[in-house]
Amino acid sequence: MASDKPLDMDELAAVIARDIPEGSFVNLGIGQPTKIADHLTPEMGVVLHTENGMLGMGRAAVGEEIDPDLTNAGKVPVIETPGCAYFHHADSFAMMRGGHLDVCVLGAFQVAGSGVHRGDLANWHTGRPDDIPAVGGAMDLAIGAKQVFVMMSLFAKNGAPKLVPECTYPLTGVGCVSRVYTDLAVFDLADASSDGGVVVRETFGIDLDDLQTRLEVPLTPAGTLAAAR
Amino acid sequence: MAKARTFDTVDEAVAGIEDGSTVLVGGFGFAGMPFDLIDALIRQGAKDLTVVSNNAGNGEVGLAALLQAGRVRKVVCSFPRQSDSYVFDDLYRAGRIELEVVPQGNLAERMRAAGAGIGAFFCPTAVGTPLAEGKELRTIEGRDYVLEYPIKGDYALISAHAADGVGNLVYRKTARNFGPVMATAAATTIVQVDRVVETGSLDPEAVVTPSIYVDRIVQVRARQYTVEGAR
Repeated sequence: MASDKPLDMDELAAVIARDIPEGSFVNLGIGQPTKIADHLTPEMGVVLHTENGMLGMGRAAVGEEIDPDLTNAGKVPVIETPGCAYFHHADSFAMMRGGHLDVCVLGAFQVAGSGVHRGDLANWHTGRPDDIPAVGGAMDLAIGAKQVFVMMSLFAKNGAPKLVPECTYPLTGVGCVSRVYTDLAVFDLADASSDGGVVVRETFGIDLDDLQTRLEVPLTPAGTLAAAR
Repeated sequence: MAKARTFDTVDEAVAGIEDGSTVLVGGFGFAGMPFDLIDALIRQGAKDLTVVSNNAGNGEVGLAALLQAGRVRKVVCSFPRQSDSYVFDDLYRAGRIELEVVPQGNLAERMRAAGAGIGAFFCPTAVGTPLAEGKELRTIEGRDYVLEYPIKGDYALISAHAADGVGNLVYRKTARNFGPVMATAAATTIVQVDRVVETGSLDPEAVVTPSIYVDRIVQVRARQYTVEGAR
């Protein structure tokens, strides 16, 4: 999706849905990533996994469909799809940890983009003394899925960048993020760029030079990297 | 262990749970939460408990009510902080309850290990994070792993859809969650079910928890909780 302005989270969800391979098994983290499901068409054949024990999870339930025994990981009632299956929690995380899940999409406080820290994820704990830590399935997903996508705004409400050289929040996983989708740009962390930074796949309403002035992580345009090879 | 016994009341089913016990409590939010057994445990009065469960209670019912009654010394869970976990939040901030945060998959696998006789296992989850600090690390074929130990319960309180007379269990939808794993990991597994059916009427191919893991069964009235919380 080419866009000359920053994306809202719903538009960003559509961009991510576009990049999810047909027929893949996918876990969408709680919060913003759940919006991606609205943009997956039946023709794509994507099978949604929810860590509380289901493959083939359907959309949110409404009215008479609501069944308290059938919820997603965010405890929101959902429906079945044809071909769905239930399993217990140890099996659910075994299929995650065992490398059977193709993609998961998680929210993040910070993702690291530089050098040895590239791909580090922080999304479970601010580290503040009065904060009650709650990790849920984030650490298991971070190391388990074959590809970990992050969906987040590029800057926090206070203006601080969330794509950083090195995470300052406690880590969720080391070197696990392959791609970062934000309102301003999509970053590829899987391929090392020549200067130890990240590859910018596309931008939304901002040019690369402006983006670089706002981020400490070295950026490389996708085209030049491809040309250099 | 003798075959499962069926009790007439939840109070009889939870009799004998000692102070200081480790109690595995099923459920993911409200789905699969053994509300009636927890209410009975509150009446029974056991205190100084360690509770192992995915969450640390929602609203003021179920696990939250047990916490509010002051019976729990420590919670082992993956996700305590939720929009409606105020009972736990207040106890924690007041320093009146201990918390061990465990990644959700490790919580499940550590109980699975306990039930399967595994002494410990190397797991890739949490490597390089604060939750791996102080734990033994090993590199196996180029990948780093953390040594994780089993979590064994003195008791498991779980909810299932139906049991037959010998204790075979089937569950309903995502209310299954931790039930089958917890049933294997506790010395005594106590199950509340929506109905007890005649032995032989469950399809043996569809039994999820075989009777060997089940000690006590009690039928409760149909669950009346809603997704939002209030029962």
